[in-house]
Amino acid sequence: MEYVQGEYRVVSKKNLAKNVFDFTIDAKNIADLALAGQFVHIKVDGFMLRRPISICEVDKENGTIRFVFEIRGEGTEKLSQVNKGDNLDVMGPLGKGFTILPEDKKAVVVGGGIGVPPMVEVAKNYGENATAIIGFRSANAVILDEDFKNMGANLMLCTDDGTMGRKGFVTEALKERLEQGKVDIIQACGPHMMLKGVVALANEYGVPCEVSLEERMGCGVGACLVCACKTVKDGKEYLSHVCKDGPVFKAEDVIL
Amino acid sequence: MADLRVNIAGVEFKNPIIPASGAYGFGREYECLYPLSKLGGISCKGTTLNGQNGNPAPRVAETPSGMLNSVGLQNAGIDHFIEKELPYLEKQDIVVIANVAGHTVEDCVEIARRLENTSTHMIELNISCPNVKQGGAAFGTSCQAAEEITKAVRKATTKPLMVKLSPNVTSITDIAKAVESAGADAVSLINTLLGMRIDINTRRPILKNNVGGLSGPAVFPVAVRMVWQVANSVNIPVVGMGGVSTYKDAVEMMLAGASAIQIGAAIFADPFTPVKVIDGMNEFLDNNNIEKVTDIIGKVQPW
Ligand SMILES: Cc1cc2nc3c(=O)[nH]c(=O)nc-3n(C[C@H](O)[C@H](O)[C@H](O)COP(=O)(O)OP(=O)(O)OC[C@H]3O[C@@H](n4cnc5c(N)ncnc54)[C@H](O)[C@@H]3O)c2cc1C
Ligand SMILES: Cc1cc2nc3c(=O)[nH]c(=O)nc-3n(C[C@H](O)[C@H](O)[C@H](O)COP(=O)(O)O)c2cc1C
Ligand code: FES
Repeated sequence: MEYVQGEYRVVSKKNLAKNVFDFTIDAKNIADLALAGQFVHIKVDGFMLRRPISICEVDKENGTIRFVFEIRGEGTEKLSQVNKGDNLDVMGPLGKGFTILPEDKKAVVVGGGIGVPPMVEVAKNYGENATAIIGFRSANAVILDEDFKNMGANLMLCTDDGTMGRKGFVTEALKERLEQGKVDIIQACGPHMMLKGVVALANEYGVPCEVSLEERMGCGVGACLVCACKTVKDGKEYLSHVCKDGPVFKAEDVIL
Repeated sequence: MADLRVNIAGVEFKNPIIPASGAYGFGREYECLYPLSKLGGISCKGTTLNGQNGNPAPRVAETPSGMLNSVGLQNAGIDHFIEKELPYLEKQDIVVIANVAGHTVEDCVEIARRLENTSTHMIELNISCPNVKQGGAAFGTSCQAAEEITKAVRKATTKPLMVKLSPNVTSITDIAKAVESAGADAVSLINTLLGMRIDINTRRPILKNNVGGLSGPAVFPVAVRMVWQVANSVNIPVVGMGGVSTYKDAVEMMLAGASAIQIGAAIFADPFTPVKVIDGMNEFLDNNNIEKVTDIIGKVQPW
């Protein structure tokens, strides 16, 4: 395991939707190590515990890391007040990311709400061979759709209320895609209920599947054991830790 | 460069800074940041006889200047520690403290026996874990139980024995005196203070275990007070912990009477904390023309 910790300058800050922010930090030594699906652990002034946020994009050439987060509480609110040019104390890259198959494989990435950001870096790898199925509550919450389009991915955009893209859940779009033809892997991040639905479909169609999980964290590196989640091996239940063994797990290994 | 060496119950530490049990695993997760040999010692994750899963997640909640945890002593058992973790630690040029917990006196005795012929330098007997239903804190909240378990483990080991005390008691000095009379070579304190947080929207406690142990800067003044009281009532060394996050905190706790310092929660905020505390302490001593760190132990001048 290899990660670094340091102060990194925010080189870009955007507001993507109400309460959703897009930061890029100049962090060459993190970018050198980072893989799709890993996360960074960010110190926020005035708070004891760091906040885990997924890596949305890695730019190895420019040595930058991009992450996108939503204000969910006091820590993320404070983080949203950090400005371009300010420094952020970041540890990373942490955890195990998504498996990246050869780029000619057909991958379906599924993201729900604030689970969409980590899927950008995954989809980038497959270009036109990626199908990106992303779902949001409503049109005003939609983020990152242009990013998937720009990399050539086949985009299936869903909103719960039908105000943008198709009306309905990502699982309905996933079923449609699975009916259309061969899929080599499904990779997903989003709310618990969504992941359950995605895994059920993956099983039904016999497609390998990976999911990214969330748990409250302390150390972020596997030392404090607070972020336990239930996993199975050879039919036996045991505990894994989201920060070190995950956040990405093979669907068949986790108990959702 | 000041002399940072301290001696606890016959074991020499190159400096008085030790990551606290449960906050640092077995050190492997931090080796990519700095060599473990920079630290005085390591207090390993609490180990029970057969291993256990602990409590369901969420097991952590943030609090003002601190955190609650309810891990519940998740560990892989003493044999796993001896076979899988100890060989790695042996190579790190660091004092290895095995943190031992049991559901019964017999469990603790058996663990001490299994550690007897290993390279472990010291045993820290945890009679103060607030997160397990049987045993744990129950041993640490009555003088009689604390004395009994310390006596039994004392008989089972020739290794230096440090007993880790709970702050969740009416009189921590009485417990400290009880374990001293039962043969403890040192005491360490404080373990976490029992606490609780509730989500006002869902009306559910944040921790699945409902309650958990408070640590971090929030507990620091309580810990300093307890270290001071205990150091004044026993004749064995006191290893202090609870909320230490800077070299100033460490110096303060040593002035209160601690012979060495353990650091837990602060490592989550900054994994370099132990190293920064060592460097800062060295500079403080140099700037004040104090040759040896041992010269500040217990040197508070109470009114
Ligand atoms: C591996 C991983 C990747 C993540 N990636 C993203 C991302 O890319 N974008 C994004 O917006 N969010 C992401 N999250 C969720 C994000 O960490 C939380 O929304 C954030 O920690 C909330 O902090 P707060 O101070 O605003 O909330 P508060 O509720 O005030 O936080 C209190 C404590 O609970 C923790 N906490 C609260 N909610 C969560 C949660 N859902 N997951 C983990 N810890 C939580 C906080 O870290 C803090 O320690 C991710 C979580 C994990 C575990
Ligand atoms: C996540 C976590 C796990 C802990 N596990 C143990 C343990 O296994 N055994 C033990 O004796 N103390 C354990 N502790 C208590 C610490 O060793 C220490 O006594 C306490 O946290 C106070 O120090 P701090 O404020 O520096 O964290 C744990 C603390 C934390 C935060
Ligand atoms: S957060 Fe410490 S082990 Fe996962």
